[in-house]
Amino acid sequence: MKSGRSSSGGKPSTPPGSSRAATDAALSTVFREEAGKLTAALVRFLGDFDLGEELVQEAVVSALEHWPKEGIPDRPGAWLMTTARRKALDHLRRDANYNRKLSLLVGSPVSEVAGESDDRLRLIFTCCHPALAREAQLALTLRAVIGLTTAEIARAFLTTESTIAQRIVRAKRKIVESGIPYRVPEGHELTNRLDEVLAVLYLAFNEGYLATAGEAAARWDLANDAEWLARLLVRLMPDEPEPHGLLALMRLHLARAGSRFDAEGGLMLLRDQDRWRWDRGAIADAGRLLDQAAAMGRPGPYQLQGAIAACHAMAGSWAETPWPEILILYERLLEYWPTPVVRLNRAIAIRNAMGPAPALRELELLQSALDGYHLYHATRAEVLRDLGRPDEARAADQRALELTTNPAERALLEQRLG
Amino acid sequence: MKYMLLFVDEVDWERVPEAESRVMFEKVGQWWGQHSQAGLIESGAQLQPARTATTVKFNGGKPVATDGPFIETKETIGGFAIVNVPDLDRALDLAKSWPAQGKVEVRPLVERGEA
Repeated sequence: MKSGRSSSGGKPSTPPGSSRAATDAALSTVFREEAGKLTAALVRFLGDFDLGEELVQEAVVSALEHWPKEGIPDRPGAWLMTTARRKALDHLRRDANYNRKLSLLVGSPVSEVAGESDDRLRLIFTCCHPALAREAQLALTLRAVIGLTTAEIARAFLTTESTIAQRIVRAKRKIVESGIPYRVPEGHELTNRLDEVLAVLYLAFNEGYLATAGEAAARWDLANDAEWLARLLVRLMPDEPEPHGLLALMRLHLARAGSRFDAEGGLMLLRDQDRWRWDRGAIADAGRLLDQAAAMGRPGPYQLQGAIAACHAMAGSWAETPWPEILILYERLLEYWPTPVVRLNRAIAIRNAMGPAPALRELELLQSALDGYHLYHATRAEVLRDLGRPDEARAADQRALELTTNPAERALLEQRLG
Repeated sequence: MKYMLLFVDEVDWERVPEAESRVMFEKVGQWWGQHSQAGLIESGAQLQPARTATTVKFNGGKPVATDGPFIETKETIGGFAIVNVPDLDRALDLAKSWPAQGKVEVRPLVERGEA
């Protein structure tokens, strides 16, 4: 399997130490634009999710073999469609039941593929159907909507190709056998189902974004792929505010990505980051997205998280961070997501807005829920240090160190422990 | 498509005060009536409590009848419905409207003779 993918997003989209060929970037762009469209169209024509998705995947693999040698064709979408059709013929010859599908396939002009935005939405909602397990939703979305190969997905999740292949096969089988519809949900159903889609995109983004400097660049690509998907969703659903919020959130993280690590690959805390290296254009752009979303008058958790990230990104320095505003935003976020991790983040806002004593009181309440979470103990250590209790702070840092395997985070904690 | 909705009780209805269980059974009755009339339910039944169950096990190929349900848990199968709806989303809608709560497992039926 060739590695035919690279990030094509704006700067700073490449982690330190990785370099990608221009053709790889071009291929990646083409697949993102064409593969999902084609899959969506084929699934609709054939009425068969499994077959439609399989055909496009085979066409993508074929393109990865031919294009680097022969150049990208003038109309890559048409090339993929022709190849997918030829692959279809091979499949269909083996299976007499597919005669009806064959006639559908032959009768489908390529031009119908273009501009079918509903089709791609259908594909996204089907891949993210709540009847599928979250990890299956993730793998299927990346493969069917973005056109990543099974090998690429495996690299991004640091797992084996056969694990991902099995996950995808099972998910497709469930779609077909249990009658998951190929449809964009309507009315009240849409809100819940959209939450599911947003959760999948956010998880994909975090998987990639939280990758450390030394890890496979494929993981980093995942963050850019997720951002691309969020952008697609905003384009397809311009009247829904939450996709705007999620896209803004991702842009704000990416805008600061370049300064997350120092020259040696060490983790830089937000407080210590060089704010001159942040992408001001992307930050302003995210601000506009949040304004557009707010104008729709339907707040939600992704808009709130976007607003929190914007508070950090727009502050001229760590000292200028508007903590009282951030605290209010966390209070509102808790109404949607009353989770211990959101409360931990609120405790950090309390520490900076009101001081360490009330923050510690809040942290003590989270003890049982977050005892196994390294950031809980790292946060507690900082608050204890503020309060002049260095021995307890040391013990908390020690506990945090025991709980994380992330090399960059370990290095930071070890430095603190001296 | 045809699906089986398998209704799983998490409470023992025989131990629930009668006034309370009567209200629930009325709601369940309405649910059956409404969806049968709409042509969505093909068949189904409420089952006698799990204490009435007898399970046949094949120990080394030899059938042996034993007292009790096939799996010993607090959750018991209370009944089932066979529904005929266009897709999983509609089957899930029906399951979500089940008044007795507990759990509802939704499984497609194997349908033969389809091209």
